[in-house]
Amino acid sequence: MSAPENLPLDLEALYRDSNVRDALEALDRELVGLVPVKTRVREIAALLLVEKLRRSVGLQADAPPLHMSFTGNPGTGKTTVAMKMASILHGLGYVRKGHLVAVTRDDLVGQYIGHTAPKTKEVLKRAMGGVLFIDEAYYLYRPENERDYGQEAIEILLQVMENQRDDLVVIFAGYKDRMERFFSSNPGMASRVAHHVDFPDYGQAELFEIATLMLGRMQYTLSEAAAQALREYIALRKTQPHFANARSVRNALDRARLRQANRLFERRGAALTPADLMTLEAEDLRASRVFRGGTGETD
Amino acid sequence: MRLTQGAFSFLPDLNDAQIRAQVQYCLGKGWAVSIEYTDDPHPRNTYWEMYGMPMFDLKDAAGVLAEIDACRRTFPNHYVKVNAFDSTKGWESLRISFIVNRPKKEPGFGLARVEGEGRKVRYTTRAYAAERPEGERY
Repeated sequence: MSAPENLPLDLEALYRDSNVRDALEALDRELVGLVPVKTRVREIAALLLVEKLRRSVGLQADAPPLHMSFTGNPGTGKTTVAMKMASILHGLGYVRKGHLVAVTRDDLVGQYIGHTAPKTKEVLKRAMGGVLFIDEAYYLYRPENERDYGQEAIEILLQVMENQRDDLVVIFAGYKDRMERFFSSNPGMASRVAHHVDFPDYGQAELFEIATLMLGRMQYTLSEAAAQALREYIALRKTQPHFANARSVRNALDRARLRQANRLFERRGAALTPADLMTLEAEDLRASRVFRGGTGETD
Repeated sequence: MRLTQGAFSFLPDLNDAQIRAQVQYCLGKGWAVSIEYTDDPHPRNTYWEMYGMPMFDLKDAAGVLAEIDACRRTFPNHYVKVNAFDSTKGWESLRISFIVNRPKKEPGFGLARVEGEGRKVRYTTRAYAAERPEGERY
């Protein structure tokens, strides 16, 4: 014990000085909904801050293992949160660089014997000092093919996750049910992943809010009628197959922009104001195939 | 005789923390770091063996340090050096190179004299270790 036990400590000052506050506030501001995710990120940040304070007074403070698993349907913000996570961990000094390396099975697993280990190791080396994000991680493990090289990649990953904990954080992401099967068939992996975070699907109001945020970032606005059309679009699209939450909304907006540009181009002789360039009209959205009983993503 | 080559040749051998700091400096500059080894220490031997591929797109020195350790474990009695290549236009060459491992015993170099026409003398150096075949030198 190097410090007296009643020495006053300032957690608030530590929080202020680390740039983690900006990252947490950005998380709240830029991401709609996702309450369980935000709570978990906050908990992790609090733990790391307290550990830092403990270390500053000479108390035992082992860096906690922070490998994570993000589960949820497509478009629920797993990659975005992973990126934020990287900057939060960097702000807390848990990782040295705070960059995100996003990979899938193809980047880790080789095509022939002896190809996998160097490939996996190279990716791991690139991710050192930051966060390695493995999307659709369950594809690494293919039990139906016993000669699949995925197992080799998993073993190398496990070794580095265990021995070089200070050098990188690994985040596995994918659909919930498949990830659960992946972890149950790889007990070594499951025991080394400390945090399982589930990303819920967005509600209609949340999706609309996301759309407004996206449009704001792209400097577009919706006319009153267009806002109504977008609400109806979201309600319809949600019931259709291949609905990918925020990603579907983003695609719908991109196509609306396309139609808006085309509409303006069609009447190119007429007077045009900057407001016209910014405004999406109801017809831009209503032309979507979703309103005519078709599926989205292709219209 | 202690072999001196490349950057920091005038300094005592770098320890791991110093190597890490140098590598981090190179990565910060955007250079590609590679590791080479040899057991032929002649100063004119510019072609050392590559240990793995040069490492591109790294952000943190930890990855390089792990490779250096692996190379030292594999070749504990070889010379190992770390190079950093700068690909920016106009440079396109090695910017730094330093030794990170050396054999425990370095016998050094002998001076050979060859007498030519008209009592002209030519000199050359030869590493004592290089008299033996590759792989058995140190």
